[in-house]
Amino acid sequence: MTSRVRVEAQINGDPVEFLCEPYQSLLEVLRDVLGLTGTKEGCSNGNCGACNVLLDGVLVNSCLVLAPEVHGHEVTTIEGIAGSDGLHPLQQAFLDHAALQCGICTPGFIVAARALLDRTPHPTEQQVRHWLAGNLCRCTGYDKIVRAVLAAADMMETAR
Amino acid sequence: MITVWVPALLRDLTGGQEVIHMQAETVRQVIEQLDARYPGIAARLLVEGRLRPGLAVVINGEVSRQGLRRRLAPGSEIHFLPALSGGA
Amino acid sequence: MTTDTLPADTETVETAAPARPHYRVIGTRPVRPDGVEKVVGRALYGADIYLPGTLYGKVVRSPHAHARIRAIDVSRAAALPGVKAIATAADLPLVEDKILVTGEGSVNQRYQSMNTLARDKVLYHGHAVAAVAAISPHIAEEAVALIEVDYEVLPAVIDVRDAIAAGAPVLHDDLRTAEEGHKRDGPTNVAEHLRYQRGDLARGFAEADVIVEREFVTATVHQGYIEPHATTVLTNADGQITIWCSTQGAFAVREQTADILQTPISRIRVIPTEIGGGFGGKLTVYLEPIAALLSRKSGYRPVKMAMSRAEVFAATGPTSASVIRVKLGATRDGRITAAQAELIYAAGAFPGSPVGAGAGVIFNCYRIPNLQIDGYDVLTNQPRAGAYRAPGGTNAAFASETVIDEVCERIGMDPIEFRLRNGVREGDYRATGPVYARIGLLETLEAARRHPHYTAPLGGPNRGRGVASGYWGNWDGTSSASATVNPDGAVSLSEGSPDIGGSRASLAMILAETLGIDVTDVHPRIVDTDSVGYNDVTGGSRTTHGTGWAVYDLGKKLIAAMSQRAAHLWEVEPEAITFADGVFSCGDHALSFKELAGRLGEAGGPVMVSTTMETTGAGPGFATHLVDVEVDPETGKVTILRYTAVQDAGTAIHPSYVEGQMQGGVAQGIGWALNEEYVYDQAGRLVNASYLDYRIPTALDLPMIDTVIVEAPNPGHPLGVRGVGETPIVPPAAAVANAIYHATGIRMTTLPMSPPRLLEAILAKES
Repeated sequence: MTSRVRVEAQINGDPVEFLCEPYQSLLEVLRDVLGLTGTKEGCSNGNCGACNVLLDGVLVNSCLVLAPEVHGHEVTTIEGIAGSDGLHPLQQAFLDHAALQCGICTPGFIVAARALLDRTPHPTEQQVRHWLAGNLCRCTGYDKIVRAVLAAADMMETAR
Repeated sequence: MITVWVPALLRDLTGGQEVIHMQAETVRQVIEQLDARYPGIAARLLVEGRLRPGLAVVINGEVSRQGLRRRLAPGSEIHFLPALSGGA
Repeated sequence: MTTDTLPADTETVETAAPARPHYRVIGTRPVRPDGVEKVVGRALYGADIYLPGTLYGKVVRSPHAHARIRAIDVSRAAALPGVKAIATAADLPLVEDKILVTGEGSVNQRYQSMNTLARDKVLYHGHAVAAVAAISPHIAEEAVALIEVDYEVLPAVIDVRDAIAAGAPVLHDDLRTAEEGHKRDGPTNVAEHLRYQRGDLARGFAEADVIVEREFVTATVHQGYIEPHATTVLTNADGQITIWCSTQGAFAVREQTADILQTPISRIRVIPTEIGGGFGGKLTVYLEPIAALLSRKSGYRPVKMAMSRAEVFAATGPTSASVIRVKLGATRDGRITAAQAELIYAAGAFPGSPVGAGAGVIFNCYRIPNLQIDGYDVLTNQPRAGAYRAPGGTNAAFASETVIDEVCERIGMDPIEFRLRNGVREGDYRATGPVYARIGLLETLEAARRHPHYTAPLGGPNRGRGVASGYWGNWDGTSSASATVNPDGAVSLSEGSPDIGGSRASLAMILAETLGIDVTDVHPRIVDTDSVGYNDVTGGSRTTHGTGWAVYDLGKKLIAAMSQRAAHLWEVEPEAITFADGVFSCGDHALSFKELAGRLGEAGGPVMVSTTMETTGAGPGFATHLVDVEVDPETGKVTILRYTAVQDAGTAIHPSYVEGQMQGGVAQGIGWALNEEYVYDQAGRLVNASYLDYRIPTALDLPMIDTVIVEAPNPGHPLGVRGVGETPIVPPAAAVANAIYHATGIRMTTLPMSPPRLLEAILAKES
């Protein structure tokens, strides 16, 4: 057996310390160790985006990040997207536009879309489609998801 | 009068007859009369006195869940079809 | 609610009389009741259950497509520290033949047992052979690698054409071809032959001016739900089994697990978690009986099992590869005189392909006086075919609807005009036999013809437009539910239909409509098998119809019970109470539902009602789709430029989720049409068991998908509902193939129409 690694990180704004095996993925630690099950496993090889999180503000597939790599870094998961004053505009827009059916891919889409709007506040439809091409949804055909992201961008613009 | 459509693969027993008319009040009576006219048909539709698993009785376009006990209104049309939700 | 830049491309067409009643809630678009917990990541899915002391289970799977198991040596795995239990088929009781109707076909429980853990032979690459439970998933994986299985490898057969050939390797020595209650002689891979026949085929073809005959080949595809199968099972020392799992039917899991373990059904309680997609693939059990065994053998600890994506592809799901022959004759004035089809579907390792359903789809859109349809259910060394959204329908319609397009071209008739002339309407007989009540095919065709898409310029070279229609029979089934009235007037609804696509919203809306209360005052909960009466699976597009009807019935019972309370309060007879627009009244007395709910304490006590219904009247669904494509002649890549789906929903309860079903079905159909396929090596091993190599459509592959909801109320349902989930996957492959033809002049007869295949056809045409 290997010896476990001690990791300190900021997760959703909180200082968090955990022990993990050196081979454990960030996804596994988030879910199995830290109880943050909003991050979903769809494929564990970086193809589906259900496990998307932000690592220092950068969109990553948490299944492809080893947990010890986040030592000293900031991680934002779906649980950290809503503020203390309520849902993030993306979350509200997903609800208003019926942009989820089964909902398993939704956390990944919202985290990915948040990363998009952070750097591109007014994306075109094509930019949204291109950015979200790493997130698979089998239920919606993406139509309502794309509309929701564009609507959230408008809501955030109005709020600014 | 009840109208019974004979499943295609049982028409070797009915001399090619596709549709049969009869008086009957239940599905059981339909099968009894079919078998009386065309011996051997009941053995193809029933297993141990019940409808063969995987076989559905469709009456006027509706799958019946009551099997042989299902009562028939005059003028009913009966099909015997594979028990599928979507395909019937 | 939609953005300014992208107006909602949806219209709702109300068809001719009878006029639709005025609804207050039905037809609006409220936020779904379970939405918030899903967008914040709190909703619990199959893999999100963590119990104290949980063990992790992993499965040993066959590396061979077909092999005899000589011996299994688990000693090294058992000696690994942290391993708590190992299970093989030797731990499973023998199960007799028992046919269970799953709502999308049927399964034989004897075969389900053999699929759960292979007994004497492995029948496909990925077939489960043994399983391990350990204190961590990594130790369990290590133990899996230590289990040694001694195989005698046998020749495998993947293609149905090979499987029916003389001398083919036979999967089950005891299998005989079933033909309408008769068993043929001799070992075979053909599990069943079915036939629909009417009229005089020879005479019908003799009357035809044009006859088109084609053979089609389609690949194995997977449902591709994003959530892998996952379960946690706790077997107690008293034999009580509790199962948490992601499923389309908790009661189906209970019955199947009880049969496979030969345990009394009432000893099993199934708690359905949220479900991350199913599309028919989560109607049968894979892991649950194994986890129950491991839990028992590990000293009654909870065992959690979750498949990897590779396991999902290799061992669950797929729907049948097929070979389909269609011959269709028509007169010059556009009348079908005869049609014949032969459908050969791969069942995988055990009987039960959706060939019967495919045989229903293939001609059920049309009035055909003379026809014959033959279907063959054929075993192959592949995972057992599961249901997939309108099982067998997409490939069947691909065949028939492209042949119809060719007939239209030959006689020079507009494809919608041809379909209007031959399309079924109320009183017509299905190709499979029974008569139609009111249906909406013609309305979808009219709406498609009126849609601006149909006459819009294509706007460039290498572009083409395709049309196709589709049928799905739908299912009604049994549903139970109960409801209680809270003191604040809100109603708690307990139901048992796992919510795959927003059904909580539509059920809450039906109850709110019936009771005259706000939809936010209905709180739907999907409860476990001990907490609600029996429910059939969420499948066959039945939930809004069947469970919706049960909920409508609950509403009527609640009104009756509340009327009694009002009568008690006002000291009159219950018959004196009237209920209209959400208000109970009698003479000068009047109380809204909410007001009365607040006074139940003085009116005779709390109110709770329940219902269980064997519903009927699932009206068939029809759709007509339009698609524009552009084909890159250099690469064979097809780009979907524009898509419009028109469908009859009967009554659209929540139009956004109806549109969502249509858009999702279209997207899956496009994936089936253009990309998706299982790829095997020479030995019958699946070589593309990942989302990287089994490519489902992404946001970048699709345009917006326009929807037109037609409402031809279903006379078999109190609110006119007909199922909408499955129909939209039926037309896309045919519509895209027809569009490709009109862009290139090439009739594709193979799915998927992937770039290499299309390029090959383009190059062949050029040379």
